[in-house]
Amino acid sequence: MDKINLTIDNKPVQVDPGTSILKAAEQVGIKIPTLCYLHLEDLNIENKPGGCRICVVEVQGRKNLAPACATACMEGMFVRTNTVRVLNSRRTVMELILSDHPSDCLVCAKSGKCDLQKTAQDLGIREVHYKGEQSHYKEDRSPSIIRDMDKCILCRRCEMMCNEFQTVGALSGVNRGFEAVVAPAFEQDLVKSTCTFCGQCVAVCPTGALTEVDHTDNIIRALANPKKTVIVQTAPAVRAALGEEFGMEPGTLVTGKLVTALKQLGFDYVFDTDFAADLTIMEEGTELLTRLTSYLNGNKEVPLPILTSCCPAWVNFFEEYYPEMEDIPSTARSPQQMFGAIAKTYFANKIGVDRKELVVTSIMPCLAKKFECQREEFKTDGNPDVDFSLSTRELAALIKQSNIDFLSLPDSDFDAPMGESTGAAVIFGTTGGVIEAAVRTAYEVYTGKQLQKIDFEELRGMEGIRHATIDFNGLPINIGIAHGLGNARKLLDSIKAGTCNFHAIEIMACPGGCIGGGGQPLHHGQSSVIMARQRAIYQEDANKPIRKSHENPYITKLYEEFLGKPLSEKSHHLLHTHYFNRSKVKVVIPKSKS
Amino acid sequence: MSSIQIELHENQVKELVEVCRSFNNDPIELINVLHKAQGIFGYLPAEVQEIVSRELNVPVAKVYGVVTFYSFFTMLPKGQNPISICLGTACYVRGAEKVLDEFKKKLKIAVGETTPDGKFSLNCLRCVGACGLAPVVMVGDRTFGRVSPDGVQQILDEYV
Repeated sequence: MDKINLTIDNKPVQVDPGTSILKAAEQVGIKIPTLCYLHLEDLNIENKPGGCRICVVEVQGRKNLAPACATACMEGMFVRTNTVRVLNSRRTVMELILSDHPSDCLVCAKSGKCDLQKTAQDLGIREVHYKGEQSHYKEDRSPSIIRDMDKCILCRRCEMMCNEFQTVGALSGVNRGFEAVVAPAFEQDLVKSTCTFCGQCVAVCPTGALTEVDHTDNIIRALANPKKTVIVQTAPAVRAALGEEFGMEPGTLVTGKLVTALKQLGFDYVFDTDFAADLTIMEEGTELLTRLTSYLNGNKEVPLPILTSCCPAWVNFFEEYYPEMEDIPSTARSPQQMFGAIAKTYFANKIGVDRKELVVTSIMPCLAKKFECQREEFKTDGNPDVDFSLSTRELAALIKQSNIDFLSLPDSDFDAPMGESTGAAVIFGTTGGVIEAAVRTAYEVYTGKQLQKIDFEELRGMEGIRHATIDFNGLPINIGIAHGLGNARKLLDSIKAGTCNFHAIEIMACPGGCIGGGGQPLHHGQSSVIMARQRAIYQEDANKPIRKSHENPYITKLYEEFLGKPLSEKSHHLLHTHYFNRSKVKVVIPKSKS
Repeated sequence: MSSIQIELHENQVKELVEVCRSFNNDPIELINVLHKAQGIFGYLPAEVQEIVSRELNVPVAKVYGVVTFYSFFTMLPKGQNPISICLGTACYVRGAEKVLDEFKKKLKIAVGETTPDGKFSLNCLRCVGACGLAPVVMVGDRTFGRVSPDGVQQILDEYV
């Protein structure tokens, strides 16, 4: 196709047809400010409502200013991005936005990471000339997410993620004019909506309107209590992202520093969720092989494909939208919950501590984990297997509050026994990782042969839906992978329609898997950040001396000493779960506004 | 928020499902379907929106978003005697706002609301084409002209 030639701020630019002025300007080093616009390039996620008007530019021959994000380049265009008219308009727009925004930046959870704050700074706003009424809404607190809509600037990023990418449909723009706000149906609380608590709305919110429920104070208090034994588990995706909160390059692995920091914070034992990920593979992999063998032996009633069940937002999703398919996902609990169950039985016993005096905390890239650990089925006599789940961001805040200079920390190793893990467990943090880990074990168990090559490149990547066929010694195993609930929905619909020939499917709710989770350091629209984390995860796997879950010596020991074998009665009791039909959302009729 | 549970008549629900089908359950027809739905029920309570959501496969949040965006749609039932006060230019300059205030005071409801006994609902409109009679008030199909605040009680009395 012919290229288009135009001029931006006197610089000639050549672009493909359809390119926006914003993207064309980037090519010649001109960074036009944006606010509502969001583009995660490698993941094909774009929010372009053209609503905030911060990115307006002057186009010669055009009467009105044009939004650069939503205006396509034309041949011979002459664009100016920094004229007095443009700068004035931008400032006016920003001042109007700020006139209906609380000015509590000093105590806002997003302060310092807020796109609105940064853009206002960049535009040199020193005074807001417009005073008037401000919007006020009731704060909505779910187990995972806090909605403070007073701070919403109606960029619609959350709505796009929730509807287009996740197809969850919990949020929509409602009302009009000054009353307009993004809210669940009937302006009810999130818990009453179809929300899965994936946290992707929080991950893209440019302001403090959407934030996570903060449990750092609970942790500080537990650590200070001499009667409590406090242990911590950290998910694989955390080590590939935490460094960003301290100014390190995206993709820097900080496993050793992370462990040191947790020890300095005062945790009695610093363990690894990866241990439980290896355990998950033993259970889920065995479940896969059991179903598969039964199917191959002629039992056509066996539910196939088997779906992974380690992602709590995904579990919430199928309980909400596909309750009739609840026998298809694996019954294996998520690694977080497997860890909690083993910690409060096997480990508590080992160290002679009552489960009520043992506080199990988790550091997760995820907000749905906060919801998950509060589920009733994961409690014994009201005592949860996992007491508190912290996001990567909250851990960074906790480290800062505790005067720990993260960058200068030496490396340490996880404690035994629940700190030992394999490369297979590390890759749980990225899309494709869980199924690759399962294949590494299932292949060797099924064929009795050792894998020649441990890396399954065909399962890796960032495509929303991927598939590959793995040769199990003459038996072709069809594997499907989806990340993002919209992509998961496509696979589920094909299973429902009977057009799906997969034996096993891995599903992760967040873009890129856990590395792109709702509790991770904010990517500010840079998908390269998520790509870098993925590379870090595979690097950590490659560095591990043991890379197959069934070869983890501590897992072998756990089965010998405590569980017996995978899918044993004890395993079922502690490591597996059952699902609920959540699809009936109660309707509450709102009273009229007076 | 209160939680009044509303029971929909089976026939009306059937009719609504039929309406959705007549539009091929196409999500793009959401506004048309809501239009017809309001025709059937007189208003669009949450239950009706849930049915529309299910039938057209549109998230209920989105349905609610559309219902709350367009002022034509209402989530509150109209009274047996819907009162509309013209706030068009002619009526306005001849004191329609004072008439409206009087209705609000007498009925103890705001614009868009219905009295607890379901007798009256209050709404505003823009010009009924009877500017010579300004200010104009309509109750159901009946038109009242040259209404003054003093005459409001008299109008209401006719419907008690």
